[in-house]
Amino acid sequence: MRPVIEIENLTKYYGKHRGIEHLNLVVDEGEFFGFIGPNGAGKSTTIRTILGLLRPREGSVRILGRELGAGGGCKSGAGREKIRKGLLREIGYMPSEAFFYSWMKVEDVLKFSASFYDRDCSEECGRLCERLKLDTRKKVDELSLGNRKKVSIVCALQHGAKLYVLDEPTSGLDPLMQREFFEILKERNESGASVFLSSHVLGEVERYCHRAAIIREGSIIAVDSVDKIRRSSARKVTVRGVSELPGIFMEKAEILDDGVRFFYRGEMEKLIGALQGLPIRDLTITEPDLEEVFLHFYEGESR
Amino acid sequence: MNILKNEMRQGLKGLLLWGLIIGGTIVLCVALFPDLKKEFGDMVDAMADMGGFGAAFGMNQLNYGEITGFYGIYAGSMLGIGGIFFAAVLGTGILAKEEKEHTAEFLLTHPVTRTSAFFQKLTAMLVQILLMNGIVILLSLLSFRIIGETPEWKGVWLFHLAQLLMQTEIACICMGISAFLRKGSVSIGIGVAALLYFLGLFGNITEEAEKVKYITPYAYADAADILPDAALDGTLILIGMGYAFLGLTIGYVKYQRKDMY
Repeated sequence: MRPVIEIENLTKYYGKHRGIEHLNLVVDEGEFFGFIGPNGAGKSTTIRTILGLLRPREGSVRILGRELGAGGGCKSGAGREKIRKGLLREIGYMPSEAFFYSWMKVEDVLKFSASFYDRDCSEECGRLCERLKLDTRKKVDELSLGNRKKVSIVCALQHGAKLYVLDEPTSGLDPLMQREFFEILKERNESGASVFLSSHVLGEVERYCHRAAIIREGSIIAVDSVDKIRRSSARKVTVRGVSELPGIFMEKAEILDDGVRFFYRGEMEKLIGALQGLPIRDLTITEPDLEEVFLHFYEGESR
Repeated sequence: MNILKNEMRQGLKGLLLWGLIIGGTIVLCVALFPDLKKEFGDMVDAMADMGGFGAAFGMNQLNYGEITGFYGIYAGSMLGIGGIFFAAVLGTGILAKEEKEHTAEFLLTHPVTRTSAFFQKLTAMLVQILLMNGIVILLSLLSFRIIGETPEWKGVWLFHLAQLLMQTEIACICMGISAFLRKGSVSIGIGVAALLYFLGLFGNITEEAEKVKYITPYAYADAADILPDAALDGTLILIGMGYAFLGLTIGYVKYQRKDMY
């Protein structure tokens, strides 16, 4: 299987501020790949650099087998731009923030976007708008965030790419639309396209992605199959009324005024059993947020 | 060519508005000429007494009592001022507006080279300047018709050609500046235009400031210098076009290397 994205030692600084540092990542053809990390970890910086919007300080990027050129000894100027143009024909990109020319109607944006490709996108465009329930006659500056996201989705998908690069695609979409969107992505993936999507929502990555990379503070801290990440995930339990649970291993326990908060990784049944009969006033069991998972558990395990 | 088309659609309203306002003001001024002509005997003397102020607007070199001179003074200031502001605002916005409105990411993640985007935008800018001047010229011709006067055509055409070149120079320099901007482009454009304009006036007032003519395009586009002999100063124009080229080149190099976000 040949890789569709190869990032080697990629480093980008904004002035003195870190963007990403010595980042390495390989995504194979046909993969549905999740790129997860908290806000500010460097997800968008990585994506914008591999698309050539940002010039890296160091490192190299190969997309679909072609060298895009990067920092230090990169191909500069026109040569790099020609390669970039060729590559972008095969890429469907969805930016994390959906901004368009405010004076345009939705249909103008979609047509303008399609006009960059040497193929007729109108049929696919119509199909996508119907599935996503997007009203193309509205002006873009009257749209809600969710509807602007839909415009972005159609722009990324209507020309039929080999590689989809999607930066936080689901933020702002309602759950029904998220499902429809992932349905479409799955179809594209099954017919051979590769998908690379960034997210800070663990759930959607768990459900749809084969593999995932975790980025934190500008560096990749783990790359693994989603199954393995899932197995390592814990539940965050907060109990009020008691601070001791006999027979339960409480990880990273934190004693509260009137109770205890801890991470639990064992059988649910056992936990519920232990809770029975105790004078509990309140109980919450939640998925820990991403940062907690990778900070406390996954990172530790993989090293 | 899709970016060019897009720019034209976006700029059409603006250029119509500028063209109609500048042209309309000229029509109003020219329409006053027949009445003023009757009283001009007194006025020319009055203008001659205004010294530096009159000189700044070329009133000492142009004959106020004839349509060509009158047109030179009024159209000269209206189109002169309006035109450079139009060109400056257009030029400083042409690249920077994409980053200000966050559309640069949208635009440049489509299969297009930055070189192509740059030159399509440049073309759109030049076409818009041409169209804006076209509207002004049409309205001017109309106004001559209305009052039934015939100016000295050669001088008038050369004046409009020089104005066109001046706007082109300013727009190109401002496009160069635009490549360095991320937001808030309009005020910088207006600043550049105002600076060059006042440098031009300054150069007219005092002999000692003559050297400014090598800096400001206003020096070769001033009706007071063009109309009396119906001639352009080729050297100054060449220098001006040199500045335009330099501005574009620096802007192009910067735009190629710039981080877009």
